[in-house]
Amino acid sequence: MQKIIKIITISISTAIIFVFYLSLNKDNNYNTESQIGKKLNFDKIESIDEDKYLYIKELKGKNFVLINFWASWCGPCRSEHPMLMKLKSEKKLKLIGINFKDKKSNAKIFLKELGNPYYFIGKDEVGKLSINFGVYGIPESILVDEQLTILQKFIGPLDNQDLDDILKKINKV
Amino acid sequence: MKLKILIIIFIFKLSILKSAENIVEPNHIHKNLRCLVCQGQSISDSNSDFAQTVKLVVKDLIEQGKSEEEIYSFMAEKYGDWIVYKPQLNKENFLLWFLPYFILSFGGFIIFRLLKKKTQKT
Amino acid sequence: MLSNLGNFLLFLNILLSFTVIYFSLASLKSAEKIIFRKIYNISLAQSTIVLVCFFTLIAAYITSDFSLINVYQNSHSTKPTFYKISGTWGNHEGSLLLWVIILTIFSFLFLIINKNHSKNYRLYTLIVQNILILGFLFFILINSNPFLSISPVPKEGLGLNPILQDPALAIHPPLLYLGFVGSSIYFSAAIASLLTNYSERAFAKSIKNWILVSWIFQTLGITVGSIWAYYELGWGGFWFWDPVENASLLPWFAMTALFHSVVVLEKRNLLYFWVIILCLITFTLSVTGTFLVRSGILNSVHTFASDPSRGLYILAFLSIMIFSSIFLLFKKYYNKDYIINSNSKETFVLINNWFMMFYLLTVLIGTLYPIFTDAITNNKISVGPPFYNAVIIPVVIVFLIFMAVGPNTKWIKNRFVDIKKYILIFISALIINFLIGYFFKSLTILTNLIIISSLFLIISSTFDLIKSITEDRIDFARIVSHLSFGFLIFFIGLNHNFSIEKDFNMKVGETKNFDNYKIEFKKLELKNFKNYKSIVGDLKISDNKFGEERTLNPEIRIYDSPKTLTYEAAIKTNLIKDYYLTMSNIDRSEYYNIKFQKKPLMLWIWISVFALTFGGFLRIFKNAKNN
Repeated sequence: MQKIIKIITISISTAIIFVFYLSLNKDNNYNTESQIGKKLNFDKIESIDEDKYLYIKELKGKNFVLINFWASWCGPCRSEHPMLMKLKSEKKLKLIGINFKDKKSNAKIFLKELGNPYYFIGKDEVGKLSINFGVYGIPESILVDEQLTILQKFIGPLDNQDLDDILKKINKV
Repeated sequence: MKLKILIIIFIFKLSILKSAENIVEPNHIHKNLRCLVCQGQSISDSNSDFAQTVKLVVKDLIEQGKSEEEIYSFMAEKYGDWIVYKPQLNKENFLLWFLPYFILSFGGFIIFRLLKKKTQKT
Repeated sequence: MLSNLGNFLLFLNILLSFTVIYFSLASLKSAEKIIFRKIYNISLAQSTIVLVCFFTLIAAYITSDFSLINVYQNSHSTKPTFYKISGTWGNHEGSLLLWVIILTIFSFLFLIINKNHSKNYRLYTLIVQNILILGFLFFILINSNPFLSISPVPKEGLGLNPILQDPALAIHPPLLYLGFVGSSIYFSAAIASLLTNYSERAFAKSIKNWILVSWIFQTLGITVGSIWAYYELGWGGFWFWDPVENASLLPWFAMTALFHSVVVLEKRNLLYFWVIILCLITFTLSVTGTFLVRSGILNSVHTFASDPSRGLYILAFLSIMIFSSIFLLFKKYYNKDYIINSNSKETFVLINNWFMMFYLLTVLIGTLYPIFTDAITNNKISVGPPFYNAVIIPVVIVFLIFMAVGPNTKWIKNRFVDIKKYILIFISALIINFLIGYFFKSLTILTNLIIISSLFLIISSTFDLIKSITEDRIDFARIVSHLSFGFLIFFIGLNHNFSIEKDFNMKVGETKNFDNYKIEFKKLELKNFKNYKSIVGDLKISDNKFGEERTLNPEIRIYDSPKTLTYEAAIKTNLIKDYYLTMSNIDRSEYYNIKFQKKPLMLWIWISVFALTFGGFLRIFKNAKNN
């Protein structure tokens, strides 16, 4: 009996210490995995220009899509913009911009100044749409394949590494 | 006599009990959602952009007639289980919910055994 | 300069620790009945030098000596002197030095106080304690050295987070460390007792006051932390089941279980191994907590600059502690026949321990579970207040009843408690509860049960109090503690049930009405202070029902060094309730988020906890008088 208890105690302690050891080497960043592999789920997105909508049917089966949440008041968005401009010329990729908690006039000025990489610009005045896409804060981008399955999420501004990732993924097929 | 008083009190109690439960309070839900961009704060406690937006969405969902549990699973679907402070009872979290009660009964069992031993001897 | 001095003193400390161990071993071997005189002297020198070492660091903080990385990272020359000093232990490196101080001083005090205990027992305690001291000293030297220097010397420090610049937070860490680092002494004593096969009762006698001391400081530390969280974080709560809070609660449960069962060991010579296990667990949990907090594997409101190599060191230290304890325990364990009557005091102490272990393990499981799921299945989950409330509260209800009945039983004897009396108490508790619900606001089922059971404890403890005064069979300490614990739960229950919380987005000039309250946002003012600017809101709250009016001035502070925004709640406290108001800016808008809370009986919650610890003090005095 005593021996059994001893073995149990030692194995529980070992297990706990081992798990502690494993977690030491884990990073504590945001977990985006719950979204990956899921289908994009929305009917339509309202355009920044009145009375225009993007329907989900329009996207299906054609191209990869990168949905980018941005705003003119957001500094990091400004710094990632050149990356988006580089992606603009990619034939297999459509860029959807979603203007987040922003004023239309400011958004237009922003794009005029830095160029417009988007195929479509949606609006998200109060931010509710962003929750639907599981967005933490802007800038944030979601890469989706032709079947509208989410491949990857990029939290924070895109950098050269992310750009390579995106290009690799869309040119693999 | 005492029993009668007890019963009367209990009946009284039951009637006022009913009114207090079962209203979906937005703030109650905010308290049970983690503000993901903050350090260990709930949505209710935070005033970040993210928390503000989540509050709006929760309000919408309540107006759509969603129940508390439905709202939690909606948020968990979008952001992962990390966002809800109350872990759902499923296969993975089974041990979390089960172990405390197991420990409670096991402790009770040990004490019972200790006392039993003595009664057999005397 | 201070860097060299500090490092020198650290080395000297290590040397002294080795010397203490060396002479203790020599003294063990010698035929003399008493401990070598020089061991006392070295121990005293050790305590003095570790204090000097700490004062060196404090001096560096006061003079803003930025040639030390630690000072540079955590201080700023414009900071008020008081916070320069408290900043010393507000960071990882400095707080570890405080650890070592407590380890060392407790070691010295234990040595000189327990003069009438056996020589071997005392020497082994000293040796084990010094091994712990060495463990932490090496930790400091290897990767947490507060005396590391930096060159070129920076002109200005990075500053301390302003929400940490607070009187409550200045004393919170030392109190808490006195609690859980203090528990090291009975860890060492337990090991020594096992090694020397020491008399079980004498062991209980030697540690019981140390348990109480650490328990009192742990309780105070947790409370002061809660008070700080209540007025500084601006969330209106005081307990969030945050993993770091849980880490301080775990040893508290173990200590509480311990000082109940150690009495059984002393009076009845029972439960020896259980007491030993609790001693070992308490300090092990303290170190585990430190590991969780300092390694950065938890996501919490508390953050220390984390670094995996630190985590690795503590983990290695922890493993050695755990495995050697287990090994020793099983080697020395023998089966003893217990004779416990089911209705005796012993049984109720066991029941106390049973519940304490349940709370402890539940909180432990809740805290560790997310780490496990993340490490094993890669799925992150949150275990928060709803889990703890759902699992723990129903059990507290039963616990309170036992707490009321238990103390009235006798040692050894099987005496049935006075059932009639308890039925009467139960009925009065029901009636009071009913009146509360009837006159104020209906309660939820769980709150009803919590209030009934806490009233049950309060009323029955009050009876005991009266009895103890008239019959002069005073067990004041216990009654005071149990009574105030009853009140604590009672007030928390009422507070929880009667709190009002509303938040609005308002701009200056607006008025909002809700229930019977009116909030008027009158104006905003910008004020300049020495090290921050402040936006002060002027809001008027009117309670139409009672015709009360209150002006509250919440603030948003903008600090320069480091650049931070903090939100200062405006709190108006009185005996019945707190008005609690916070104001925060909404980005890119002229609106402010105004959160109003009415928190009844807050003051009484704090008073109850202080009364609870007062019970602990009383017990120590009584123990001292009896000896």
